[in-house]
Amino acid sequence: MMLYLQLFYEFFKTGLFTIGGGMATVPFLYKMSDATGWFTYNDLANMIAVGESTPGPIGVNMATYVGFVTGIEQGGLPFAILGAVVATLGLITPSIIVILIIAAFLKSFKDNQYVGFAFYGLRPASAGLIAAAGISVIQSALIFPEYFKDGFNPDGINWIGCALAIVLWLLTNKINKTKKLHPVIFIAFSAIIGIVFSMG
Amino acid sequence: MNIYLDMFLTFARIGGLTFGGGYAMLPILQHEVVENKKWATEEELIDYFAIGQCTPGIIAVNTATFIGQKYKGILGGIVATLGVVFPSLIIISLLAGMIEAFSHIAWVQHAFGGIRVCVCVLIFNAVTKLLKKAIIDKFTFVIFLAVTLGSCFSNLSPVIFVIFAAVAGIMIKTLGGKK
Repeated sequence: MMLYLQLFYEFFKTGLFTIGGGMATVPFLYKMSDATGWFTYNDLANMIAVGESTPGPIGVNMATYVGFVTGIEQGGLPFAILGAVVATLGLITPSIIVILIIAAFLKSFKDNQYVGFAFYGLRPASAGLIAAAGISVIQSALIFPEYFKDGFNPDGINWIGCALAIVLWLLTNKINKTKKLHPVIFIAFSAIIGIVFSMG
Repeated sequence: MNIYLDMFLTFARIGGLTFGGGYAMLPILQHEVVENKKWATEEELIDYFAIGQCTPGIIAVNTATFIGQKYKGILGGIVATLGVVFPSLIIISLLAGMIEAFSHIAWVQHAFGGIRVCVCVLIFNAVTKLLKKAIIDKFTFVIFLAVTLGSCFSNLSPVIFVIFAAVAGIMIKTLGGKK
């Protein structure tokens, strides 16, 4: 019971302080992993991949997934589904409350200059938080810091992974034929490469 | 059909047809909400979408709440929001259950090893895209750098950085405007 209250509280906080869509909830989930130990960085990277490849807003998908994984530890499927529901409701509750309040004075909110000023600071901060989360993913996917305790050690770098990352970056940014493709295609391609080279 | 049930099902369809959320949702919203159901006008939808980006929470959820409450008050807002998250709950629970069941198999682990590399690139791309809109002068660059480093090298919650950035934005703009 306590766990579900905590799950709701953590996602309520995430919903209240997340600004924007897409990857914006991801930094909160990394801190949640640090603070609660409910799931690992590797779990999170898997969740991002699943959240990107399935219908529905990414933030909602991630909340559902985290709730499911956290709940399943409690004793199986019914607990997992309850966790998924609780986490998702936690995420959307602040939105509902805030929007219902704002809807009352809609125009004045939109035209308020201080809202614009706040966003001048919030946009780079949001990018910074996601960048920091990205560095955590790199640590679980490409670099293994435990190899670097006694100085540089080439075994601590996933070289095939680095090559794959460069190929993916080129495919998603530089090659016109492929850069408009849906992320799920690159995720499937990476999964095949991972199997072929026994990564992870 | 009961209007609330109709609302729930319509928003469930929108949630189930959107990949990625955010801007991906806008064309589907236009089709379903403006053209089919006439629950909001084109202008209202664009307004809600814009405000949904500058209120707490994820854009897709905020926009659903707005449209629902505009058409049928508080209960409408709640029903539309529950509708938009419903497909995620079903699809992700099914997938997560399957992945948990198969995660001990070696080749599944290898596949996720490769997928994690892809996630690095997807996040990198998301950040570079955001930066094009976010970094417009030296102040915004400093905020980006401070938050990235602060978040990497401290255990502070993202909540602290969000509050700091909003206050910093208001202060820089207010003080700068008087020069």
